[in-house]
Amino acid sequence: MDVFPIIVVIVFFQLVIIQKPFPELGQTLFGIVLVVIGLFIFILGLESALFPIGEKMANEFALKGNLWWIIFFGFALGFSTTIAEPALTVIASKAGNLAAGAGAIANDKEAVASFVLGLRFTVAFSVGLAIAIGVVRIFKGWPLIWFIMGGYGLIVITTFFAPKEIIGIAYDSGGITTSTITVPLVTALGVGLATSIRGRNPMLDGFGLIALASLSPIVFVLGYGIFIYGVGGI
Amino acid sequence: MNTGIFELLGNALSGTLLDILPIILVLGFFQIAAIRKVIPHLKQKLVGLILVVLGLGIFIVGLEQCVFPIGTQMAHQLTDLLFLAGNDSAKAEALKNSTNIAPGVYLWTYIFAFLIGFSTTLAEPALIAVAYKAHDITTGAISAWGLRISVALGVAGGVTLGVYRIVTGSPLHYYIVTGYALLLIQTWFAPKQIIPLAYDSGGVTTSTVTVPLIAALGIGLASNVPGRSPLIDGFGLIAFASLFPMFTVMAYAMITEKRTKRKEIDELS
Repeated sequence: MDVFPIIVVIVFFQLVIIQKPFPELGQTLFGIVLVVIGLFIFILGLESALFPIGEKMANEFALKGNLWWIIFFGFALGFSTTIAEPALTVIASKAGNLAAGAGAIANDKEAVASFVLGLRFTVAFSVGLAIAIGVVRIFKGWPLIWFIMGGYGLIVITTFFAPKEIIGIAYDSGGITTSTITVPLVTALGVGLATSIRGRNPMLDGFGLIALASLSPIVFVLGYGIFIYGVGGI
Repeated sequence: MNTGIFELLGNALSGTLLDILPIILVLGFFQIAAIRKVIPHLKQKLVGLILVVLGLGIFIVGLEQCVFPIGTQMAHQLTDLLFLAGNDSAKAEALKNSTNIAPGVYLWTYIFAFLIGFSTTLAEPALIAVAYKAHDITTGAISAWGLRISVALGVAGGVTLGVYRIVTGSPLHYYIVTGYALLLIQTWFAPKQIIPLAYDSGGVTTSTVTVPLIAALGIGLASNVPGRSPLIDGFGLIAFASLFPMFTVMAYAMITEKRTKRKEIDELS
């Protein structure tokens, strides 16, 4: 469904604007088939197994009301769903290859693999942390805007010390991580919590977990860059 | 080529098994330690898990073999000097020798970025679901179509500005930090109920297919436009695509609020 408009725009540009035949048409068509079939099977599996279990669990934790369990569960859920995100997997490995190609890290398979794994773990850890903090926020009813402003402040400060090789990847990581697997499960946790705690509005308090989960990876990936490349100045 | 694909598929499958393992462990652990109940329809759930691993493996190979190359190829073709010069080889030669190419030369790249951003966002299933939910919660004050179009315009505008940034090579953080400041000011004036939805709309709307395609477009552009480095300039398009919908969604809510107020005043008088 969401692949269709991409195909339309690309075919239009290739034929009408560029006016050249498709380069490597066979491989591209085969790839499109893989994307469509893979996405279909993937989502079928998510909807029949992971989502029902995860959503039910999120609701039960929300009802139980033990704050420490919920914080622990929120962290674990954020971490594990982010490690599985396909877009993060693909883009992190691209970033690793580019960093090796530009000579920013050693250009051998092992160095690239450890850079990529480190990047994915950093993002996953920061998403877990963001969900844990966000869960406490819903519990206490603190306004979201304070956390957003604090997050922006941290990002701006960290950017000053970050080497410029990491800034683009770091700013992108926020949007990459919140995707197919993370969003439904995390939203279920947030809306479940806000619904079961008295005095919380699902519209005002339930959303907002995703917003926090897109901010904190930026700070932590910038930190990862400082750790890998050393402090850079602007 | 086929053996290559199967080998890739095998690697991807073992990789995705490892990627999915944390979720299985987390759900299993909390089910046993905290909830202490047997999962209903266990067999069906296990089949679902196998589907997740299989589908994710195939999907990732597709992303790497098809979506990424398409993005890079489009970037290559749209920034090809001969194409930029309108198939005039003398002009192309002049472009090749000029040290600073005017950003306006890349007009078709901007249009391509805008169309990709707009069309994929409008068709995004997650956004359609959120839009109907918002329509119900606000009892129709926010129309589903209005929300979808404002998010799509936000993504499209963001990606286009991001492409312009890659072409000019100006530092990403200037744009993003300015964006944050403007966003906070706008939040001050926006209707309160829309704020969480607006802040979430940035992250939600960029799907698993769109994100790698846009990332590939950026990297391809940065490796083709003279004087840009793919590592430093190539990333950042997704950051733009996540930032801009927040502006447009809040703006949309502000406009509808003003309109309903004016209507109420008209009805009273």
